Order: sequence, then C-alpha cells, then structure tokens
Amino acid sequence: MSNKILIVADYLNGELNQSTARAVTCAQQMSPTAIDVLVLCDDGANIAAQAAKLDGVTKVLQADNAANAHPMAATLTPQIVAAAQNGEYSHVLGPNTTYGKDLMPRVAAKLGVAMITDIMAVHSAHEFDRPIYAGNAVITVKAPEDQTLVASVRCASYPAAAEGGNAEIETLSLDAELPSHTRFVNLEQAKSDRPDLQTAPKVVSGGRGVGSEENFKIIYDFADKIGAGVGASRAAVDAGFVPNDMQVGQTGKIISPELYMCFGISGAIQHLAGIKDAGTIVAINKDPEAPIFEVADIGLVGDLFTIIPELDAAVS
Amino acid sequence: MSEEIERDVMEYDVLIVGAGPAGLSAACRLKQKNAELEVCIVEKGAEVGAHLLSGAVFEPRALDELFPDWKDNGAPLNVPVTRDDVYFFTSESKATKMPNAFVPAPMHNEGNYVISLGQLGRWLGEQAEALGVEIYPGFAAQEPIVEDGVVKGIVTGEMGVGKDGTPKDSHVPGMELRAKYTLFGEGCRGHIGKRLIREFELDKGVDPQHYGIGLKEIWEIDPEKHEPGLVVHGAGWPLNLSGSGGSFLYHLEDNQVAVGLIVDLNYENPYLSPFKEFQRFKHHPKIAQYLEGGKRVSYGSRAIAKGGLNSLPKMTMPGAVLIGCDAGTLNFAKIKGNHTAMKSGMLAAEAAADALASGGEGGDELTAYTEAFKNSWVYEELYASRNFGASLHKFGTFKGGALNYIEQNWFKGKAPWNMHDTTPDYAATKPADQCTEIEYPKPDGKLSFDILSSVHLSNTGHEEDQPCHLKLTDSSIPIEHNLPKYAEPAQRYCPAGVYEVVEDDAGKPRFQINFANCVHCKTCDIKDPSQNITWVPPEGGGGPKYSAM
Amino acid sequence: MKVLVSVKRAIDYNVRIQIKPDGSGVVENGVKHSMNPFDEIAVEQAMKWKESGDAEEVVAVTIGPEAAKEQLRSALAFGCDRAIHVKTDEPVQPLTAARVFEAIAKKEEPKVFLMGKQAIDDDSNQTGQMTSALLEWPQATFASKIELDGDTAKVTREIDAGLETLDIDLPGVITADLRLNEPRYLKLPDIMKAKKKPIEDTSLDDLGVERAAMLETVKTTAPPQRESGEMVDSVDALVSKLKEKGLL
Repeated sequence: MSNKILIVADYLNGELNQSTARAVTCAQQMSPTAIDVLVLCDDGANIAAQAAKLDGVTKVLQADNAANAHPMAATLTPQIVAAAQNGEYSHVLGPNTTYGKDLMPRVAAKLGVAMITDIMAVHSAHEFDRPIYAGNAVITVKAPEDQTLVASVRCASYPAAAEGGNAEIETLSLDAELPSHTRFVNLEQAKSDRPDLQTAPKVVSGGRGVGSEENFKIIYDFADKIGAGVGASRAAVDAGFVPNDMQVGQTGKIISPELYMCFGISGAIQHLAGIKDAGTIVAINKDPEAPIFEVADIGLVGDLFTIIPELDAAVS
Repeated sequence: MSEEIERDVMEYDVLIVGAGPAGLSAACRLKQKNAELEVCIVEKGAEVGAHLLSGAVFEPRALDELFPDWKDNGAPLNVPVTRDDVYFFTSESKATKMPNAFVPAPMHNEGNYVISLGQLGRWLGEQAEALGVEIYPGFAAQEPIVEDGVVKGIVTGEMGVGKDGTPKDSHVPGMELRAKYTLFGEGCRGHIGKRLIREFELDKGVDPQHYGIGLKEIWEIDPEKHEPGLVVHGAGWPLNLSGSGGSFLYHLEDNQVAVGLIVDLNYENPYLSPFKEFQRFKHHPKIAQYLEGGKRVSYGSRAIAKGGLNSLPKMTMPGAVLIGCDAGTLNFAKIKGNHTAMKSGMLAAEAAADALASGGEGGDELTAYTEAFKNSWVYEELYASRNFGASLHKFGTFKGGALNYIEQNWFKGKAPWNMHDTTPDYAATKPADQCTEIEYPKPDGKLSFDILSSVHLSNTGHEEDQPCHLKLTDSSIPIEHNLPKYAEPAQRYCPAGVYEVVEDDAGKPRFQINFANCVHCKTCDIKDPSQNITWVPPEGGGGPKYSAM
Repeated sequence: MKVLVSVKRAIDYNVRIQIKPDGSGVVENGVKHSMNPFDEIAVEQAMKWKESGDAEEVVAVTIGPEAAKEQLRSALAFGCDRAIHVKTDEPVQPLTAARVFEAIAKKEEPKVFLMGKQAIDDDSNQTGQMTSALLEWPQATFASKIELDGDTAKVTREIDAGLETLDIDLPGVITADLRLNEPRYLKLPDIMKAKKKPIEDTSLDDLGVERAAMLETVKTTAPPQRESGEMVDSVDALVSKLKEKGLL
C-alpha cells in the first residue's frame, strides 16, 4: 500500500511556520511514497518556496485564494478535502499548533474518518503513539487502513526537517464551495517584546531561590538578553515574587521550549511535569542535591546571583 | 464571623459531619430505623472516600450488624486474613518473629479482612444514598452553630475568598445547616470536635488524648511475592531509639500491598521525622523483600487518636454528639478503629432516632447514646485495652509489651490496675539541645522517596488563591520560640512538607507554610510544642484525593 | 436563545493517573471523576448568558455510562434547565460523539452549541470541530471572549500568534478555553434543586447514530522519563555546551 502524504502548511505573516518542517520529519517515518505540502494562502509564493526547500518534500501545492488571506478552518477545510481527494492521499497531516488543532478535526469529519491527535512516535504508517492525560500516559493507536488517515503531529517530538531540498511547486486551483458564515475580524499579536512563555523557544525560569519580587529583575534582564520567555515555579508564585500566569508546572503551564534554563528551582515534581518536553534543561542551583539535577541535561551548582552576571558577560 | 452575612438555611432532622465509617454508618442506621427522617451528611473531601485513610485490617462485627447481607450486596471485603505475622525489628537488618503464643490476643486477626477504607466508605456512601441520605461532598463544616448552649448545626465554609481574605468575584458565603441533632464524625482531631470538647468541657476528668501519625503507601508488587491476606505487624526498629510506634504490611488484592508506619506523637526528639522513619523502614529486609521490584502507587498520612477509654471524653452535649475517632473510639491494642467507629455511629443514630420517634424536638443531650455505648461491645473492648497504650508509653516497647501480653492474655483485659499517661503529646517534646540530631539516609528512589514526590501520589490539591488554612495564633512563635528551642519540628513532623524554615533576602530565617500540600492529617494541630497551629478546613473539595487508601 | 452545552465525565484533574500493569488502560475504578474542567467553563458561559437574559434555555448533554449522570447533575446545579443523557457503556471516540451531538443539535436546534475545547482525559481536541463540520455550522475554537450580537457572535480565540477575533453566524459551535471565565462554586441549595430537574435518557440507537470506524488502542504505557545529564563546573563550560547545541 502506498503512503501518499499531504501536509497542510502552517504559516504566519507570509512566512512558513517551523511546525510544518517538524511535521515533514514525522511524515518521513511513515514509509511515504510522496510527501506533498499544501499551502493555502492568498499569496503563498514565499511560503511555498520555503516549503520546497525542506528535505523530504516531494511537491508543494500552492493554492492561492483571496478567501485564504486569513486562514480559517471553515474556509480551508473544503479546499483541503478537495486537494486530498483529487490527489488520492492516504494521509493528511497538520502540525499540532492551534492552527492544526482547529483545522484537522474539521477535515477529518468532512472526510468521515477518525483522526489521531498529537502523533509523538510512528510505529508504522497506521500505528502511532500519542499522549493522553496531559502526557502522563502514552497510548499506541492503530488507525483503520482502509480510509484516509487524518492526524496532527506533536511538534515537540520532532526536529524540523533540514533545508536542503528543491521540490517542485505546483499551482493548484481547487474547486470547492467556500462558506461565508465565518469572517475574520482581526488578529492581535502579542505586543510584548518578551516572547510568550508558552510558545517561546527559550524560557528562563526562576524559583524560590531568587528570593524576592525585586530580585526577579535579574531573571527578566537575562531573559531579554537571550530573547527568552520568563517562567517561575509554584514556590516563587506562592511567595508572591511573580504573578500566577507565569507558573510553569502541572497546575500552571506545560511548555516545551528548545532551551529551558532554571535558576533557584529545586525541581518539585509538579514543576517537572510542566517541562518534561523541553529540549534542553539547564539547571542552576546552589543545592547540589536539588532534584532538578536529576532531570537536567546540564547542571551547574552555584549561586544564581554570581552565575547570571557571568552568563550575561559570556553571551554579550 | 460577622452577623450581617445573609446565609441560606437548610433544616434536617439529623445532620452528620464527615462521611467516614462512623458518619456513614450513623446515616444508614437512622434511615433503617425511620426512612422518613431527613438526614444530611457534609464531607470536606471532594467525594466520599477522598479523605479516608486506614491500614486496614477490618473486623466486620459492626458491619454484620448494620448490613447482615453485606456479602451479597458487594461490600468490598474481598481478602480474608490468611496469615498473621508479628515481628520485632531489632535492627535495620534483623527481626525476630514473635511466636504466635506470645502475641497479645487483640492482635490476632482470624475472621478479619484486609480492606481499603476508601472503598468501604464509597460502598457505605452508596448504601446511604440508596436509603435516601443526602450526602454533600466538597462542603466543609466550618464552625458549629451554638445557641444558648445548644448545638444547632453547622455553617459550611465560604468559597471564593482570596489569599488576602477578601472575597473574589466567585465568592459564595457559607450556608447554615441546622438539625435537631448533629453528629460529629470528623475523624481524629476534628476541628469542630476539638472546639466542642473545649467549650463543653467534655474532657474534664479524663486523660489527655494521645495520638499517633500513620503514614501509608500502596505498592504494586511482583505477583510471585504476593500473598493475598497476609498480614504483617511489627514493632521496634526504626522507632526504638527515638520514639515508639508500630508498622504494618498488608497484602491486598490485585498484587497490591499496603505498607505503613505509625509513630506515636509523644516522641521526645524534635529532630524525629516520621516521614523519613517510614521511608527508611521500607529498607528493612523483612519489608524490602516484598517491595523490591514493585512500584509505589499512592501515599497518604493521617493522625490517629489512640488514647482509648482513659482519654475518651464525654461524647454528648446538648444537640450534638461525637462519634468515632472524633471522640476517640479506636482500639489501640487491636490497632483498629473502623469497627468501633461504625458501632459508635450506629449507637448514636439509634439514640437520635428513638428520641425523635418519641416526639422529641432535639436539642437535648442524647444520654441514651452514652448508656448504650457503655453497654456495648465497643466499651467492653476498649475497657479491656485501656492500659495498652499507657503501658507502652510508660515502660517502653519491651517491658510495656510484656505487660500488655500478661494483661491481655492472662487477665483477658480485666487486670485490676489502671494506667494513665497524663502528659499531652506536644508537651513530651524535649528542647533540641537535649536531643541529638537524627541523620536519615538519602532516599534511593526505588524503595524510599522524597517528600514532594510522595505528596504528589496523594493527589492533593487546593485552590491556591485562598487564605492559608493553617492558622498561627502568634505568627512570631515558629521563628522566635520554636526554632531556637525545638529546631522548629513542624519542618519534620509534617508528612507533606507544608512547613519550611527558609532564609529571606537578608539571610534571616522565615517560616513558610505551603498549605496547598496539606493532606489534612492534623499532626501540626496536635504536635506543635507551643500549640500555636490551628487546623481549619480550607475551601471544600481541597486536600488529598485518595482513591483506595 | 437556546444554548446546548456538552459535558464529559473525566478523571479529576488532581488525580495522578495510574497505568494498569498490563497496559490495558488507566485505572479508573475508585478514582475521583469530575466534569471535564473545560466543559465547566462552557457551562459557566451558558449561565452568564442566562443571567444576562441572552439565553432562555440551557440544555446540558453528555454521552457515557450511568455514572455520567453525576456530571449532568453538576451541570444542572450550575443552573442548566434540563439535561440529556446519551447512555452507553461503549467507548465513544470523537467522530461518533460528533455524530451524536449532530443528532441532538438537529433535534434541539440551539443557537449556540458550547463545548470545552478538549477533554483532559484523551486530550483529543476534536469533538467541537467535528460537530460543527457535520452540521455545516461555523466553529470558533479556543474562545477566550464571546460577544453575542443578534444572529452573529464575535469570538476572540487564543491562538499561538495571539488573539484572533472571528465573526460567525449563528447557530455555531464555540469551544471554551481556560481564560473564558472562572466557573462558579456550586451552592448547596442549587445542588439540592438539581436533583429534581429532568434528565432525559436516550441512546445512540434511539438517535440513529451510526458508529464511526474506531482507532484501536493497542496499549497504554508510561511516558518516557528524562534521564539526568551532565554537570559542568563553570559558566564558560555551560556557555560552550549551549553554543555547541546551537541554543545560544
């Protein structure tokens, strides 16, 4: 059976989102005969060109339509369904970004098929691992082989495909009736210069060891220096150093940045639950027995108030 | 509490505080006596069973009386005790098995069952609801309503109050639940029970109550090592040197075992950590042989009232009674309190139902309950075991144990002497400078664990934005008095890591209370040497969510 | 207007789940279950509309075993007027659930169908989208703010890029995200009243719902654990490691 895979590209402000490249890596593990990327935009030339560079991509399908100026599930779905059926794809994948989460189930329902959310490991073209219970358990699921498989790919589980390819770009005109019941009003992008904690590729976090609200400035300043979001442990939130919405952990935010640097965080299990998908965890703590060192990829024992200035100097 | 607050009011014939073995049995008995009675139970746990924790080897005597057909109705008593071993642990690697003939009679367990009290509680809850009892989990009884010296009911806790004590948008005031009779079955050291005992001087002329802290874990073990119904009790190490207590290991069903340690709270050394004693206990070869290769699935802790008959307060006051461990009906010689709690609840229920049946309007003192209690098998048991704890306290595990053997097996509990222990547990704590610090081994992550990963297994959670429910009468005492004098033992006696002494910016010690970790065991309320900590209920539904403890 | 809101019975979010030793699933017996927290937010939104006069009737619906009545009672205690229990002991996956909700929506004809954005047990995050697709209705997922305006609604959605606002025609499906509101505490008198509110029992067969093809769950396992890495002894060593990995 041939596995012809269609990946729906996620993008923002005319640039391909890296999540698409991660989905390509996942697709490569499904013994594909082809991996095509579908770009649905009003003017997708740049995005299509970026997708064409991704290793492993067979073909990029660029379907420009004025209705796609602002991607919305309701308008994209009929186009994806048409592309999937015309191209006889066995798999339709999207990233598990909010874009993909919103869109892919609608596509699956229109195709009348089950969907797999958050693929984190591929066993075969129809058997996958996915997390349930906020990642506290993993299930292996088998999808029916006699129907199209729709799925979202858990981006944190896959590196982005490298850019060494040169795939063909095909312009598509999709014959699909688009509904008018959903209209874009606006998009308010986060204004803060500091990246959002939940999506930032780098996060710097402080714990009770930081000592006070005022002392947290050293964390913010360092984060700004390396372009990181800022988080905190529950102990720091409980102690009133920072507001609730900065709490990382089981009862706070669960994040998966590429780099997570934590200062003065002992590593309570509820905090660890929030960072277990981080790429690289760096822990700095003056207690060499702090449990955080048991999960950190790189640990350094020492006082954060001497180490941060040194780090500052080293990255300047 | 301000008088201006407008509260909703609900009225019942009988109100029961706490859905434990005592409260649920009382509720069922009330409805059995008279199905027309309006009976309500409030329970601070998020569901029935969420705050129940017990060993437990269960003696079915009270259950036989309450539901003679319990076997046919699926009561979760599935594992009869098959073997009963008692060890004296002489060191961290050695133990002597007590010949059966020398085991005090109350510690024999033929005819008993290894159970999960949480599951039994859930089952009793279903029976109660089927009988028409209204059960409201997630609602804490905050304080009693006492008018003209008569207990009229309780006020439930407010919800939606912020950390700083100001109401949030979601604020819901407490509600008055009024009843002709109120039965308090909050368990050991119930916060209202404690207050009523003081206000109505119920403990006049009896010994101070004595307590232990029980710590328990459930493990899934290698099926090869599992022997359903095997019950192992132990005394001695690790507690010989610094305190007394006992240990247990019970084989349940589904390859699970319950392992636990009870540490008497009259220990002297403020450096003692019941939690760490428990963790190191599991490394004893007699225990480790079962646990090795297994997986810990849950953890919890609860104080127990073990003073027995000598410490039993008067159980009645106008309009209300204490039942179960809220009064202190546990039989320490048997290390069992579930059957006695159930029976006390049933007796109170019968007294209340009879009083209401004869046209009573409530509000009076249910002296018939006390009478019935004195004529019951519970009293007989407690009388026989009355000296058990005091004797261990006075003479230590060896000599006290021998004396208990003589008293229980030769005199059948009817020895012509009474022993009293009149020092409250908190007052037994010695100043730190008269004691040696205890060095505990580091947890290995296989048999022993750190405190936070343990608390995690109790599924404990509290709304974070609420006032701290562990009230310090004087906030300066922990650092200014307890720390220099007793090395602030709260850091160690709390089995959930709630209390910490941390350094502030200036390097000065500061007392930190992580109330969200609290597993509602009540040990702080009991053991603080300055009696400065008062446990009050947090927002309803908070605390542990034990599934089968 | 009439509002339909779906609620799901799920293991309480405070409970640390245990995986059965034989890998056949997670331990559910004796474990505290609650209403899926995102569904609570959806119910709260419906209650706000009831209080503001926007909604005349709010109907809660669940799919699940008899025990799921407990969650319907909670929804009724919030203030929902009545409830529909689609009773089944079979596992119901999102597409089948969506077909059930499609059938119910066609019968009830609500103006808004509110759901939680996902259930915290299977974390699928599919049912709302699938239901709106089957109904050919607009969808607004991950809602953090909803403004009703006659036959349309402006919905602010929490998406990765920020806050997106969509204008949708009603009827539509809206799924609730965490910051839409803070659900109220249930009051004892409301819980008591809820016991007397009507719950209609129905089933997949009564509704004529064809079960969708299922994903087969092969096994359930524990997630991979992180292992400890290496210790460095200086900031320089740390920085060079991070540069090596391309992280600084």
